[in-house]
Amino acid sequence: MSTAAERLEPFDLRSQKRRADRFGMFVFLASEIMLFGPLFVAMAVYRVLHPQAAAETARHLNLWLGAANTALLLTSSLLVALAVLAGQNGRRRGVAACLLTAALLGVAFLVVKGVEYQAEYVEGLMPKIGPPSPIAGRAPTLFMSLYFVSTALHAVHVTVGALLLAGTGVGAWSRRLPLPKRAMTVEVVGLYWHLVDVIWVFLFPLLYLAR
Amino acid sequence: MSPVHRPETVEEQQSYLRAGHSLRSWLFSTDHKRIALLYLISISAFFFVGALAAAAIRLELVTPQTDFLTREGYNRAFTIHGIVMVWFFLIPSIPAVFGNFLIPLMIGAKDLAFPKLNLLSWYIYVLGGIFVLYTLAVGGVDTGWTLYTPLSTQFANGHVLTIAAAIFIVGFSSILTGLNFIVTIHTLRAPGMTWGRLPLFVWSHYATSVILVLATPVLALALVLIAAERLFGLGVFDPKLGGDPLLFQNLFWFYSHPAVYIMVLPAMGVVSELVTAAAHKRIFGYVFVAASSIAIAGVGFVVWGHHMFVAGQSPYASVVFSFLSLVVAVPSAIKVYNWTATLYKGDISLDPPFLFAMGFIGLFVIGGLTGLMLAMLAVDAHVHDTTFVVAHFHYIMVGGAVTAFFGALHFWWPKITGRMYNLVWGRIAAALIFLGFNLTFFPQFVLGYLGMPRRYPVYPPQFQWLHDLSSAGASILGVAYALPLVYLVWSLRRGPPAPANPWEAFGLEWTVPSPPPKHNFDTPPVVTGPAYDYRLKTVRKRR
Repeated sequence: MSTAAERLEPFDLRSQKRRADRFGMFVFLASEIMLFGPLFVAMAVYRVLHPQAAAETARHLNLWLGAANTALLLTSSLLVALAVLAGQNGRRRGVAACLLTAALLGVAFLVVKGVEYQAEYVEGLMPKIGPPSPIAGRAPTLFMSLYFVSTALHAVHVTVGALLLAGTGVGAWSRRLPLPKRAMTVEVVGLYWHLVDVIWVFLFPLLYLAR
Repeated sequence: MSPVHRPETVEEQQSYLRAGHSLRSWLFSTDHKRIALLYLISISAFFFVGALAAAAIRLELVTPQTDFLTREGYNRAFTIHGIVMVWFFLIPSIPAVFGNFLIPLMIGAKDLAFPKLNLLSWYIYVLGGIFVLYTLAVGGVDTGWTLYTPLSTQFANGHVLTIAAAIFIVGFSSILTGLNFIVTIHTLRAPGMTWGRLPLFVWSHYATSVILVLATPVLALALVLIAAERLFGLGVFDPKLGGDPLLFQNLFWFYSHPAVYIMVLPAMGVVSELVTAAAHKRIFGYVFVAASSIAIAGVGFVVWGHHMFVAGQSPYASVVFSFLSLVVAVPSAIKVYNWTATLYKGDISLDPPFLFAMGFIGLFVIGGLTGLMLAMLAVDAHVHDTTFVVAHFHYIMVGGAVTAFFGALHFWWPKITGRMYNLVWGRIAAALIFLGFNLTFFPQFVLGYLGMPRRYPVYPPQFQWLHDLSSAGASILGVAYALPLVYLVWSLRRGPPAPANPWEAFGLEWTVPSPPPKHNFDTPPVVTGPAYDYRLKTVRKRR
């Protein structure tokens, strides 16, 4: 067993470690933003170059499923924010309930996304695979390419985030994550989840709404 | 241990090297010093792989025809050389080995902020390395290290996906190392170690870390898009599907130009330390040297278009990129002037680290000045994709970064291992590396200017003597790079024990025993003065 001081290494004070943990996650989020950044720039340039094609191709996407997914993620983010508060107050059951529900909402998001992909496959919207495409021309095909790449990359992040939420929730429940001493863990995982959420909040209007 | 007895010698105060001898105590260590050594061993192995590929290239170019490799084999040789040397040696070289070892020591900390993450980033590096070795074993890849589309997405027969996976994975290792350094430098500085007192090595690693964190993910995305195109036909780079192959070049160079600064900024940090320590004098213009690192990191993000002057980008963009590329030379020049001014009236010792630092400055100046030529639109149209470009970036990345790596190795070897090596052999190696390097790459400037394109295994017979000079230089360089391996490894067994501060240098890392104890500092250090305050040293022993 490691002692409490060893677990804090290389810090002397718990408050220093907390600050470093939060700061580290912010630096990581900056890196994540740079990962998605080129896709957002590509979509912005695309809209300037092909406004007509963007609007027309966007109509092939299922607005209602996209909106439902937005609602799911926003609700999950609210729960995560509540979990952070509960963690600071040492209410481990509250933390566990909020985080596990949020993780379930993340899974629900993935299920809805899968249903959407399936419908798009059947409709022939995937560029190279599936039935013949109803959309013609280079610009609409590129729109779908950007759509698939950015939503798939986002879905990978939802998967990782849901696993982190579930792991932290179970940890809080089983007392392996002592609260409120380790409340920063909840906050750091929450920060990651919020970023996953924020990326979707930008993807949704760019892909679905501007039609 | 009795309270009156304070440990004095290395043997009594347990060093990090003696804290456990099992393989497990190394492979699962979270000690930044041990992880640095894990990196040192693994990047040296990849340096060897990359060097073998370079040897194959130079051997093939001895005659004007193809005789030793097929054309396809030649493509694979220079591709694997580039990929291994850039991502598996140069990018992690100084940061992951010396940054890892020294940053906590230099700022007076017990370790990096996230020791487990540090170990994880080494494992990620190893995983990426396994992908490279797998790619090599099944036949390699032929796209060049630049992986340009549409070659890499539609035409390449090699194993593009596994090599893309390797680069993607090793990128995470870079990001985590950069993140760790940034957080460490912000949160773990000893009392009194203000930003204005940080060693310049730490400043340059801070600037490097910012690039690692912000540029690497862009490359990761470019690789994801290549994979998406090869696997699912999502044609972001395919004109038939509405995409644009030039977009790949934009994304690639948005990372890969700053990546040059990832390689050379830590090298500059090393040289700042080496020069002040050799001159036994405070560095000239500390603030300017520190700020120029940040300026290079910042401006370095907006010069990537100078790789695409002849690729069909807008001429207006080219003009702006050309101007910005000249701007980025200013902070680099500031460093060179300040190093030189530091030496003025210095009390200089001609030890191997100083010779390597001098080698760096000379080669970096040539590399930098030819870089200015390449930043000119008209000149670039003439020498684009010739060996002139190859020579230019080898002067920066090999003449600069690798020479500084060897300088760092010779400067901190006594600190890392607790042993002194043979200084005479060190001086011989420094001189040989300088000579061999120039003989290898200077002819390539001439060749490129005369029109020798890069990446061709055949050439007109009148170029042969220049190619042969280059290959002869490469064999000298090969011996010179192998030489330190011999006397450094020999020093591990037979070298005399190193004192805490063999170079009479200034800095917290020299206040702890060599090799340092497991937790670095017996008592937490308190810093009361500026960096490189050599005036404090009243008496200096003459060697």
